[in-house]
Parts: sequence; C-alpha cells; structure tokens
Amino acid sequence: MKVLIRHQKREVQVQGARRVRDLLVELGINPESVLVIRGSALLTHDARVGDEDTVELRPVVSGGETA
Amino acid sequence: MRCRKCAAGATVELRRHHTAFCNEHFLEFFERQVQRAVEHERMFTPDDRVLVAVSGGKDSLALWDVLRRLGYQTTGLYINLGIGEYSAESHRKSVAYAESRQAELILADIPETYGMGVEDFARATGRVSCSACGLSKRYLFNKVAREGGFTVVATGHNLDDEAAVLLGNLLHWQTEYLARQAPVLDSTHPGLVKKVKPFFRIAEREAAAYAIIRGIDYIVDECPNSVGARSLLYKEALNVLEQAAPGTKQSLYWGFLEHGRPLVQGRGDADLRACLHCGQPTTGDVCAFCRMTERAAERMRIRRAGVPTATTSTTSTASIS
Repeated sequence: MKVLIRHQKREVQVQGARRVRDLLVELGINPESVLVIRGSALLTHDARVGDEDTVELRPVVSGGETA
Repeated sequence: MRCRKCAAGATVELRRHHTAFCNEHFLEFFERQVQRAVEHERMFTPDDRVLVAVSGGKDSLALWDVLRRLGYQTTGLYINLGIGEYSAESHRKSVAYAESRQAELILADIPETYGMGVEDFARATGRVSCSACGLSKRYLFNKVAREGGFTVVATGHNLDDEAAVLLGNLLHWQTEYLARQAPVLDSTHPGLVKKVKPFFRIAEREAAAYAIIRGIDYIVDECPNSVGARSLLYKEALNVLEQAAPGTKQSLYWGFLEHGRPLVQGRGDADLRACLHCGQPTTGDVCAFCRMTERAAERMRIRRAGVPTATTSTTSTASIS
C-alpha cells in the first residue's frame, strides 16, 4: 500500500495487509499524533488496510505560541 | 470497532472516553461538548456578537463552523501576519471558508498597517517569532473586537494546547501565567474584551476529525516558525503519556482548573490603564505592542539610513459578506 506521511512530507510503500495500529507502530508514529484517512474516510486503529489502499497519515499537532 | 450509539462502523475512537463513534454520532458528540463548554462556563449567549479568531487551521475553522451551526452570532477575524507563503495559504483557506458559507470575515493586515510582518518585529526586538506573533494577535483580537462592538473573542485553543501550556508553566513554575490560564478571561477593564476558549474540552485530534468529516479545507502545513517550538516538545511528551494512559491530558488540565487554579488565582493581577499611544489596555504607560512596533520601526528607519518610516496604529479591515 501507499502511505502518505504528511508531516514528514514523504511517501512510503508497505507490503501486506495489516491493522492501522500495527502500521503506525512499524512506522514509529504515535497514534495520538495523527489521523488515518483512506479516501475521504477516517479509520480507527483496528481497521485493516491492504496492498491496494492509499492511506494518508494526517498530523493533528499544531504548535507555536498558544497562550 | 462499532459506534456506541448506532453500532455502525466507527470512524473516530475516543480512548479517553472508552468509546467510538460513526461520523454522524461523532459530530453530535462534538457539538454537544462545545455547547456544554459555552453554557457551563458562561462564555456567551445567542445575544452576544462573537469575534472568532481564524487562522485557516483546523481548530479555528472547526470552531467557527460549530459555533455557526449552534446558532451563535459569529464573525471571523483573519490576521495576515506577513509570514510568506504560509500566511498566503492560510489567508486563502480562511477566505474560501467564509465565501463558501456566506460568513462575514474581517481581514486585518499587519504588513499593510505596520510596514512589516511579525518576523520583522521579532528580529528587531530580539523576541522569538512565536512571542512577537502571539503579542500581535492578542493585541489585534482586542482592538478589532472593541472597534467592531463585539462582546467576546473566541479562539480555537484546544485541550492539547492548554495542557501543553500548563505543562510548560508548571515546569518553570510561572505562577502568574498559571493564574491567567483559564477557558474564560473576563473583561477586567472597559477596554478589554472578554476572551474564551470553547474547545478547552476538545482534544486536538477530535478537532481535526471534526474538520475532516465536515469537509472543511484547512491548512495542514504548520507555520515554519513553529519548528522547534517548545510547545511542540511538550505536546509530544504529553502524547507519549496519552498513548500509554488515555485521559492524561484531560486529567492534567481539567484537574488544574478544579484544584490548582484556585490556589494561584489573583497572582499577577495588575491595574490596567489606557496605553498613552494607542489607548488599548496595558499595565504600564505604553503597551507592549506599541513598544515592539515602535522599536521595530526605529530599527528599520536606521537600517534605511535616515529614511523616515511612518507607522500608524490603525487596523486595515475589509469585510467579505
């Protein structure tokens, strides 16, 4: 599958179906810090993604001065 | 994973609540959380005119969207900070949202009004960019709200923002900052407009999920000046804790509001008076924003070898309706 990692501005190819949670662990990404999107749908961490999928990891953390 | 309400396939898991929802019921949950925050904290009522500070990012556009849906009287305020392509893109996203929803948006332009952007303010005065930016935004929120007759300013600060600020203030025991950290900052001077944070119960990933489900086109890329910001480090640390122990951020911040803030409330309170230069409330004779912009203008004048640089204290605004 194709995985777009938006905050790292990179794209990786991952072989084989697996759960979202396992994909994030393999990529070293904290699940708290991203939303996982397939097409226009959000995926929960137990959802399965497969070779034919394109998955976007969208960062949710924004920073800077927040006071 | 199934939606708690309808058993359809879930799209958003809320580990801190031990639950998950489908799109429809997540939106219902989200809007109820915001409504509860607004009402319980007495932020504003349907009679108030609310100025919503929008940056083109997920939090502020989601906030504007949900407040409009809940029936509140809102106007957006977008401030051009003069941060190159980032500001250009955030401007496009804010205007596109307003135009597509026929919502009123006020535009304030720092480079146009003050002759330079917030990065120039920072360079000229030795501040970090985020500090000059925050000072400029707080100043303009209040100024535009006063001039426009708004009764309250709402910002998109979420639970993660507040928990990260709290962690920073605790690590350095900034008791005066701790005393001022609250979802509602009431007006303590006739020239100071009330400020509220209706998303203080909302986690950052929930705000992002709301924006995506509602089809809000927001700027995903971060401000280039936030790279390396201390607040991001605190958020990363809190997310590590949250992943291991869901509810940590909520427990930290809500616990502070209930147990910690009463202990420090009142510290750092100072009498406010009108700035001698611009009339905005300040604790000294001249407000921090005027001091910063005047110093920056002076630096620029010197750099330009004696060419005088005019500054104004007015805000350029335009409405889209």
